[in-house]
Amino acid sequence: MTIATVRNLRRASQVIFFVIFFWLILKTNFSVNFNPADPNEIRLPYPVSIALEFDPLTALGTLLANGTIYKGLLWSLVILIPTIFIGRFFCGWVCPLGTLNHWISEIPSERMKRKGKQKIDSNRYKKYQRIKYYILFIFLAAALMGTLQVGLLDPLPLLARSIGTVVLPVIHTSADGITGWVKSIGIPPLSAAAQFLYDLIAPLLLTFRKMHFHTILTIGSLFIAIIVLNRIFSRFWCRGICPLGAMLGVFSRFAIFGLEKKESACNHCNECLLHCQGADNPDIGSVWRQSECHLCLNCQGVCPTQALSFRFFPSQEVSKSNPAGTAKIDISRRKVVASLAGGAALYPLFRSGDTFAANASPYLIRPPGSVSENDFLARCIRCGQCMRVCPNNALHPTFMESGLEGIWSPLLIARIGYCEPSCTLCGQVCPTGAILELTLKDKVGDKETPPNRIGTAFIDRGRCLPWAMARPCIVCEEWCPTSPKSIYLREETVYNSRGETVTVKQPYVDPEHCTGCGACEYACPVEDKAAIYITSVGESRSSENQMLLKKKNDIPQYNLRGKI
Amino acid sequence: MKRREFLKKSGQALTFAAATGAVGAFFHNRDPFNYQPHLSETAEFGISADSTYPGLTLAKDSNHIAALNKALDAIGGIKRFIKPGERVTIKPNIGWDRTPEQAADTNPLLVGEMVRLCKEAGASRVIVTDITCHDPRRCFLRSGIRESAEKAGAEVFLPDDNDMLNIDLRGKLLTNWPVLKYFIETDRLINMPIVKHHSLSACTIGMKNLYGVLGGRRHQLHQSIDQSIVDLTAFFKPTLTVVDATRVLLRNGPTGGSLDDVLIADSVICSIDPVAADSRGAEFMSLTGEKVGHIILAETSGLGKIDYRSIGYKEIL
Repeated sequence: MTIATVRNLRRASQVIFFVIFFWLILKTNFSVNFNPADPNEIRLPYPVSIALEFDPLTALGTLLANGTIYKGLLWSLVILIPTIFIGRFFCGWVCPLGTLNHWISEIPSERMKRKGKQKIDSNRYKKYQRIKYYILFIFLAAALMGTLQVGLLDPLPLLARSIGTVVLPVIHTSADGITGWVKSIGIPPLSAAAQFLYDLIAPLLLTFRKMHFHTILTIGSLFIAIIVLNRIFSRFWCRGICPLGAMLGVFSRFAIFGLEKKESACNHCNECLLHCQGADNPDIGSVWRQSECHLCLNCQGVCPTQALSFRFFPSQEVSKSNPAGTAKIDISRRKVVASLAGGAALYPLFRSGDTFAANASPYLIRPPGSVSENDFLARCIRCGQCMRVCPNNALHPTFMESGLEGIWSPLLIARIGYCEPSCTLCGQVCPTGAILELTLKDKVGDKETPPNRIGTAFIDRGRCLPWAMARPCIVCEEWCPTSPKSIYLREETVYNSRGETVTVKQPYVDPEHCTGCGACEYACPVEDKAAIYITSVGESRSSENQMLLKKKNDIPQYNLRGKI
Repeated sequence: MKRREFLKKSGQALTFAAATGAVGAFFHNRDPFNYQPHLSETAEFGISADSTYPGLTLAKDSNHIAALNKALDAIGGIKRFIKPGERVTIKPNIGWDRTPEQAADTNPLLVGEMVRLCKEAGASRVIVTDITCHDPRRCFLRSGIRESAEKAGAEVFLPDDNDMLNIDLRGKLLTNWPVLKYFIETDRLINMPIVKHHSLSACTIGMKNLYGVLGGRRHQLHQSIDQSIVDLTAFFKPTLTVVDATRVLLRNGPTGGSLDDVLIADSVICSIDPVAADSRGAEFMSLTGEKVGHIILAETSGLGKIDYRSIGYKEIL
């Protein structure tokens, strides 16, 4: 196989993995084409989170934080073990964010018109590339202490979150807006064409109901920054920031595959440097860095004199003008220790604040089946799969509801969508067990088993129509899905503004039956701020966040490690 | 500056200025918006009474399909209501994500059979749809209605915001409301409610089932529930009301959930009078039409008779 063929294989591999990743996110969605033969437990037809389960950093982070490798995360060894032998092939061949950065970096720009030394230098190894190792060691130490932050910058969860909660909703809004605008011009063939295009993309790209997400700007800004930086420094993210790349760099310490440089053949054209993706110094005369190389094989491919070649057990004549490569990462032991110490300090820093336990937000409603907050923060990688799959758009990334520590972890906002009683999709897609997979019986309960509760409803009597304004309503009671209903009514004779007596039914909440699903808050006709709302108290996952001495039928659902 | 150049430059500037002014004048409007007038459609699907047939029939049979056929045959058969080539919209209650046993949605067997009968009578299109409360995909699936209606040859549509029409309902209370187009763009409307409990209106049967044609802020209709139900019934005069009383949700309606709340009644009612249908249906819940606010208001508004015996009542047991 010639080197040109291998480079084409690499290009094909990048396209294929990118398409698979994108397609899996599109399929992380409750769709109508299910088989009506198996109605009661609705399941997704594909293991849509599988791409995230191949992520070694997620596996290592959750292992450090929880002591176990959850379910499908063992797949990550498929990436990690070959890396030990051949290096960071994942970055150059597989990683969808790496591929995206690669493509964006390659679009011709003014930068590429640079000449001479400036141009060659832009792909040389730079000191800033150490930053990713600091980030990695900070995250790993934090994970060991029990706060899992890897997902913030781990490329797979980051890309899944960005596509799921920002890119796809933005596409949806744009498609709606453009189609509506074209139709409003009022030229029938134009309208028909717009509708045709819309119907063409809708089944693939658009959700059944348009999604709106909380704190989309913070997620979108990071994503846009990552993309735009490629236009200033090629693959800035992959070279300087990516903690997964750093981890794979560390794991390529003993690689047996590498670059062999033949000094005698080199004509110093510097083509290799011009095409280098990882900024790992492939040119003769510099120290080649195994830990930075993405194995894109561009250097070997463009070398006009065959001076460079990747091979197993590379042997090269080492001289002053042709120094040996290094497998070591460019960060001193002292700085590793300092990063670890800094990461470990994150834990007491986060937990000394008030948001974790002392003054947790009452509106921090976690998805059904979530483990206790302590365990949740040690598991959630903020991939946004639960948010994307929620059929009611109920789950959202937090902003500061769980402090900086929990930013972008899931939160239920009932005003936008309530928790569908018969739905267990969020637990089905969670790759790390932050949300446990519930059966339908676990979720709604039966005579022996209590239902899974995410909170409790409270009535705002100052806004409630029958309580404050002498008007009939009862929509909350109508919508309450528990049986018997958790909202009960009392007929009361009240005075209206004209001094007449009217009889209205005033709602009350029965906390013994309420599961906190939020259907009442969702449906409340007081549009801007509902007159009935849920807060997290009474949630099954917490032994402390309770108000009743003992609830009907309740047995503890979770032990300390969060297992049912 | 040469004369030619002077003329050319002045000409360019003047043309640009004139164009700018023309655009301003063209778009000038004293109103802040270009108002879209609402559609003034009528949707009267009712048929006139015929003294040769009873006005209301009730059949009881543990085979629910047979019960429907008996009740329908007694009131004149499907051909009395559907002429060949007509478009038919069937409006079951698919409001909630519940199984048929839980009796919160119309019995899927009855919906499927009704579709089959309409097709047999020569209907060009049979559409089954509803604006649900819970997620429509789940409601249509779990109620079993999507499956049974599609098997029988119906077109099943999930409600879509793009399919709403702004309709002037010309009611005392309801004026401009978004209505799903399938309930307007059709020749015949068959209302297929289920009998169930409701805390405010006492019962949800046929007339209240018509809430499901509306989009918009329909939760606010509860503030004047009787008048809004009557306005809807007056606007949408259904061709036929087929009441599913095979399973009756006695308590914790309209969502239900527990089988303890369900009464097995094995009955189907057919009526051309929406008030009579609800009045008879209410009896399954130990109520009478005289005790239910919206049924009383519907009669005094001239939409039908609470005393269903007065329009000809036939029971097939």
